[in-house]
Amino acid sequence: MQSLEITNLNVSIGGQPILKDFSLNIPKGEIHALMGPNGTGKSTLAKVIAGHEDYEVTSGEILLNGESILGDEPDEISLAGLFLAFQYPLEIPGVSIANFIRAAKQARLPENESINAVEYYKELYDKMDALKIDRKFTARSLNEGFSGGEKKRCEVLQMSMLEPEYCLMDETDSGLDIDALRIVADGVNLMRSPERGFLIITHYQRLLDYIVPDVVHVMYDGKIVHSGDAELAKELETKGYDWVKDSFVSSTAQ
Amino acid sequence: MNTTLNQPTVISSANEPQWLLDRRTSGSQNYSNLPVPAAKDENWRFASVLSQDIHAFKPAPMPNDDAIQHALSHSTLVEDPIAEFIFVDDHLVQSKPLSKELVDKGVCFVSIDEAIQKHSDLLEPHFLKESTRLGSQKYFGLHASAVKAGALLYVPKGVEIDKPIAVYHWSNQDKGLICPHTLIIAEAQTKVSLIDVLASTTEENQGCNISVSNIEAHPSANVYRKVIQNFNSSTLSFQLDSATADRDTQLENIAINLGAAKARYENQIKINGSGAHVTMYSLSVAEGTQEFDQRTLQTHNAPNSVSDLLYKNALFDTSRTIFSGLIQVEEGAQQTDAYQTNRNLLLDQRADANALPGLEILANDVKCSHGATTGNIDNDELFYMLSRGIPHRVAMQLIVLGFFEEIIEKLGSDSLAENIRKLLEQKFASKIKP
Repeated sequence: MQSLEITNLNVSIGGQPILKDFSLNIPKGEIHALMGPNGTGKSTLAKVIAGHEDYEVTSGEILLNGESILGDEPDEISLAGLFLAFQYPLEIPGVSIANFIRAAKQARLPENESINAVEYYKELYDKMDALKIDRKFTARSLNEGFSGGEKKRCEVLQMSMLEPEYCLMDETDSGLDIDALRIVADGVNLMRSPERGFLIITHYQRLLDYIVPDVVHVMYDGKIVHSGDAELAKELETKGYDWVKDSFVSSTAQ
Repeated sequence: MNTTLNQPTVISSANEPQWLLDRRTSGSQNYSNLPVPAAKDENWRFASVLSQDIHAFKPAPMPNDDAIQHALSHSTLVEDPIAEFIFVDDHLVQSKPLSKELVDKGVCFVSIDEAIQKHSDLLEPHFLKESTRLGSQKYFGLHASAVKAGALLYVPKGVEIDKPIAVYHWSNQDKGLICPHTLIIAEAQTKVSLIDVLASTTEENQGCNISVSNIEAHPSANVYRKVIQNFNSSTLSFQLDSATADRDTQLENIAINLGAAKARYENQIKINGSGAHVTMYSLSVAEGTQEFDQRTLQTHNAPNSVSDLLYKNALFDTSRTIFSGLIQVEEGAQQTDAYQTNRNLLLDQRADANALPGLEILANDVKCSHGATTGNIDNDELFYMLSRGIPHRVAMQLIVLGFFEEIIEKLGSDSLAENIRKLLEQKFASKIKP
């Protein structure tokens, strides 16, 4: 039961089916990578799990530790233990990183309790140091004017501050140079734990050189068409997505 | 040391100099003779404030002790002012005078009442001399005929005052009229900061405010003036502000607008010398059926100066805002940088934000821009915040406060900024529903 379990999920947007009988089970303690060409529904999957209301779920189930989260509000899903690192983190003018994360942590406390500011800042600074984020950033507006790499590091900072049970990372590697990629990967590896599951969505294999997955899934046209171990990612990198199409899709085509 | 005055000072026109009596008479005539503004007047486009009957409001007698006590105990927005006046219904009820050191340097901070008796020479060149050019000439007339409260702040050449001076004006009496006046004369190479706070002692009393402020900034003067308007939601308010900036001045205006049923705000600045840098910032939160009607004028009469205006409004419910601004660059005012921006955040589809930005440029080598935007809360921003577990209500608060942070951080005082954030949070608390 300690897993993020998606069963036969069908999702449309504007009547157009995006996810087609999609199923995936991520037990705690495992890192799963989801790879696939652009436009195959990877980001849709991430947003639907996180509770985005623009998508129409026509059938299927999403269970977090055995409890359905389908139809829950995004904040409820977050409090239930899920974190989505965005592919394109939003800029929030006038809201500092420190205040933003503080509000998110406050939401996890009982109503009559408030954050201990000293402990909070100690934790924040320690984690910023680990991710090589300048401490001056705490007072800066969230993501406003940040470079691509700074935004992604800030996503990982939020993730490590909120300590979710399940982490969805949507193309966290895109827009990162090799140094930033290493820093982000180190941040994720530090969080790797028997108490936590990961789904790493990526288009390229290179992030998986640093975060070695337990399982690799290949997604094509709204569903997983093939799964394997970490070697699959390398094979995919060499052979390309056409190989996926030829080997796994045509055989199942109607 | 604070002095609570037991005996209100009584205004007696018999003691007033002739020049003032003349200006009062002329004001009174303008009030009686000028027509009530009509919607077809360009200066009153989109406004509904003109439908109010001003005649019903009269100056109020000395308030009772309870009202005075309420005002005294709530005049806390500005922490540790270097000098302070507290008025209730235009009666001075407490004053914290300037230090002897500043008085010895020639700084003068006195009530308008006292200034009329003792400093006629300082007042005469400026006090009630020029009416507004932005539409409320009639109401300026009423102010001129009735004004007795407010402050004269005179800073002689070379004197710098680091801490702010605070002036509170409380409206208490139902159907009471208050006419606060602020005149700041900053001689060359001075530095001074004054904060006016306008508020009501109760939630119910329907008051009318016609306040006028005037800043005269002489060469290289640094003047910071903030005004916080937080009347109750029954009050009608007119704030008619003007400033003249000479060579190399730094002049900063910040207006925080939270209260009143209808609030008309006119702010005109005139740059008469090169090297001046003038900023005009405003933050308004409109809710219920509130109307904030804001008219501005930036006149550049001299070359090589900067004026920068940013007015931000957040609108809830069926509230309305009107921003109408004009940048005027006179012939010869080359190398002018003049900016004017109005941003409106609509938090309810029924709310109505009107923007009328304008430019009139007679010089050919200038940098001017004007722009107005009106938008809603971005759903992707909201989803991003919710996805961190932040509840909807808190996320909305953070976004709206964040929208205003650009103005709040310009207040230049951490304690004042924090107090303003608290006022905003209080105002949102009832507005932003889970």
